[in-house]
Amino acid sequence: MKLKDLTSPFYVWQRAFEKPYTQGKPIQERIGAHAYRGFHINDIEKCVGCGTCEEICQNGAIDMVKIAEKASKKGDSGLVPRFDYGRCCWCALCVDICTTGSLGMSNEYTWASDDPDSFRFTPGVDETSWQDSEHNYRRHPDYNLLKLERPEMKVLDPDEGLKSFDEVVAGYDHQQAILEADRCIECEICVATCPANMDIPDYIRAVREQDFEEGLRILYKTNPFSATCGRICTHHCETDCTISTFGKPLAIRWLKRYIVDQIPAERFAEILQDEIVENGQHVSIIGAGPGGMSAAYYLRKKGYGVTVYEASASGGGMLRYGVPSYRLPDDQLDKDIDYIVSLGVEVKYNCKIGRDVEFQQLMDKSDAIFIATGLNQPSSMRINGEDHARVLSGLAVLDDVASGRDPGVGRNVAVIGGGNVAMDAARVCRRLGADVTVLYRRRIVDMPADKEEIHEAHEEHVNFVLQAIPVLIEDADSKEQVTIQWGEAEMVAEEGKRPRPVLQEDRMHTETYDSIISAIGQAGDFSFLPQEISDQMNQHWGKFEVDERQRTAVGKIFVGGDIANDVADAISAIADGKNAAIGIDKFVKDLQ
Amino acid sequence: MFELNRLSEAELESGKYTKIWHGPQHPGITGNMSLELTLSGDDVVECKTHVGYLHRGFEKMMERRTFIQNFPIVCRIAVPEPTFNEYMYAAAVEELAGIEVPDRAQWLRCLNLEMMRLASFLMWLGGASGSFGMNTVYQWTVTHRDYMLDLFEEMTGARIYHMYITPGGVRAPLPEGFTERAMSVMNGIEKLLFEIERVVLNNHIFKLRSQGLGVIDPAMIDPYGIVGPNARAAGLARDVRKDSPYLVYDQLDFEIITGDKSDAYNRTVQRYHEMHQCISLIRQMLEQMPTEGSFHADLPNVLHWKIPAGQTYVKSECTRGEYGYFLVTDGSEYLRRVTIRGPSYTHAIAVMEKLVVGVNIADVAGLMVSLHTYPPEIER
Repeated sequence: MKLKDLTSPFYVWQRAFEKPYTQGKPIQERIGAHAYRGFHINDIEKCVGCGTCEEICQNGAIDMVKIAEKASKKGDSGLVPRFDYGRCCWCALCVDICTTGSLGMSNEYTWASDDPDSFRFTPGVDETSWQDSEHNYRRHPDYNLLKLERPEMKVLDPDEGLKSFDEVVAGYDHQQAILEADRCIECEICVATCPANMDIPDYIRAVREQDFEEGLRILYKTNPFSATCGRICTHHCETDCTISTFGKPLAIRWLKRYIVDQIPAERFAEILQDEIVENGQHVSIIGAGPGGMSAAYYLRKKGYGVTVYEASASGGGMLRYGVPSYRLPDDQLDKDIDYIVSLGVEVKYNCKIGRDVEFQQLMDKSDAIFIATGLNQPSSMRINGEDHARVLSGLAVLDDVASGRDPGVGRNVAVIGGGNVAMDAARVCRRLGADVTVLYRRRIVDMPADKEEIHEAHEEHVNFVLQAIPVLIEDADSKEQVTIQWGEAEMVAEEGKRPRPVLQEDRMHTETYDSIISAIGQAGDFSFLPQEISDQMNQHWGKFEVDERQRTAVGKIFVGGDIANDVADAISAIADGKNAAIGIDKFVKDLQ
Repeated sequence: MFELNRLSEAELESGKYTKIWHGPQHPGITGNMSLELTLSGDDVVECKTHVGYLHRGFEKMMERRTFIQNFPIVCRIAVPEPTFNEYMYAAAVEELAGIEVPDRAQWLRCLNLEMMRLASFLMWLGGASGSFGMNTVYQWTVTHRDYMLDLFEEMTGARIYHMYITPGGVRAPLPEGFTERAMSVMNGIEKLLFEIERVVLNNHIFKLRSQGLGVIDPAMIDPYGIVGPNARAAGLARDVRKDSPYLVYDQLDFEIITGDKSDAYNRTVQRYHEMHQCISLIRQMLEQMPTEGSFHADLPNVLHWKIPAGQTYVKSECTRGEYGYFLVTDGSEYLRRVTIRGPSYTHAIAVMEKLVVGVNIADVAGLMVSLHTYPPEIER
């Protein structure tokens, strides 16, 4: 034994003179570290109720609940997470995966209450002292559990694309499709946004699991134009995809296309296996566009005999005659049309109601009528000289090209308008070898055309002249040409409305072109309707008023597509057709 | 030599022996397990260990949760040192899924593990001195452990269950000013160790009670599966950090510390030296740590993450020795099987039953603590 072993423990006495380590709670409060994972906070303005927090929580501590403060709308389920602190383990996976960044955790960590139920609370809604805490745990920006980047789509080189009408978008390859499908978080916000309410997460899962036959079945359950929509859908779903808060939205449209591309058209019937039990009722449909054929599909599946009357030589309506084949090749559209026809739908082509068959005949022989004739008449520019021989309509140019005729636009063309028809006409003219200038009265952000179309038109060297208002069209020196006078416009803000272009008369320009293509809008042609029926069907701004199932004021007449809805795109027409089928079925059954 | 001499039924009934239960509610930090001791007078003649007080079914639970959902669970398997579990689970998943972890994440993980080791040793040191009656020392070490927890709070967002090491990397880089604060805590702990040397290691009473208590014969080491400081104190230079380096241990300057006799006293000395080694490693890492670059690899979408079929055993040197995770995947979104093997399994059961024979009842807690065992790790 050493002496040191006896004496050295007395060293402990030195501690008697030191300050204590402990803190005098509750007089002294210890504040949590800046990024401490304490009680939850939620910015309910940002939260879209995607429920990914609930999905990832391994404790089942989160329930998505409805609150009075928030209504559900497109892109927002209206639900918010409610936390059960009897279950939470503070792992913050909910914060890490939050798609909008609305969830966080404050550095507050003490909470005493005699009411155990109070520990089940809804952050951002129930009042807490930490909701606005500056110190809180947030996902570090350099660490992300969400997949934000989209595989890049291969497209035809713009200069190469101009040489033909070949499809511009190549479609995903296998690896890209699987990668892209993997990004989906299955929040289903898109399902509510899609006019046709397609089961989007389900078919994306089918891609992920490489079960394309199942994918096809899921697609055609809610959309008989899946092959078409896989190429040209206006994809409202992608606009509201929750991933788009921090990254690129899921390429839902391209995944749909990928499924359809995997299966040859001749296998559709075998895979989809629709069994039809005839019910002896008959419905007439006017117009074989997306609206009419969609109604035909769903009615046929319900057992109705369906006859579709189509004025043109082929089905598809605007999809065939308005959408150029470099965006939607005919064989893809045919996949859908042929499949619908194969279910036993009778289509009478080149049969115009009012010319070949009287409307009244349909009224007499059908249990219901569905009208989806679309907007096929160009709107007037309401300026002098627009009836000039060198002024063509955008629809006519697209129709000519789709039907294999030469529209004769010349080498130098002006396109007037900023919608999809204007973009399509401009790009078609580029492919016909013309130099194209687009004149549009507002700014580029105001253009109703799809962003992608505008972008691709730019890529294809279409010249854009913005804030340009056409004033007068007159003869040029040559008979083969036409002169247009247009004035520059200033955008004037208007309360509650989008800014209005105002003509500046001191800044006028005159240009001469080989032809001018007017594409400022379309209207419907309802001359086939007998006057007394037309009078009974209420119209408003050129569209028919319908109830929630597309039914008009005239009992057995249902209307859908561009002549009924304001969106006027393919997927809305398809949704209308499906909706009308349900309405017609109910109407007919109620009569029995 | 490894045979235990069990008393026969007749001997137990003879009236010469007393049977008592040591635990599970015992103030020594032996945790939620108990020893069924047969005593002759004050001395233990036979011991049976009993577990089952803390079984939470982690391994089974993990088979029913997705790969990302498991990471907040594993830290709860060994309460005083969750980080090793986080690391090994993450490393095993990464290996099976073929994920490359960025260099900076490796450094941050390694720092986190060494900090954990130091915090765990501090708590152990308090327990070791407390179980020999020196409760003041416990107050000191737990205070400094709390300072470590403050550092964890800053670095990881939590004090005990850090949930910092996720499959793919770590959750965040070091916060601003962390290095300075960590260095100052290290200086404080170094000062504490200086006091520990005087008050505990040079304490005559402590020496009297701990020297010669629970001697691990070097020949026992392999048959009993003894690892970590318990084995190194007996002179065996075995350390996973050196033998099969992981993370950034191969870039750090340290040697395996060994002793010459593994009794309760030398095991304390062994851990005392290893704490100094921890401090040195933490300082080295804080100085060499890369401050730029990614700290988290890109994962597939964790909501439906499938890992190809495979199996792997991942090991690391935790505070108590080699700790291992055996993971089996079958290509689905869930683990097929996971088995977790902590060093306490042998140390607290087989080794304890062997060493406790002949020990005075007053020293049983001290012996058990000197083996540094955590019952939560025995019962996954």
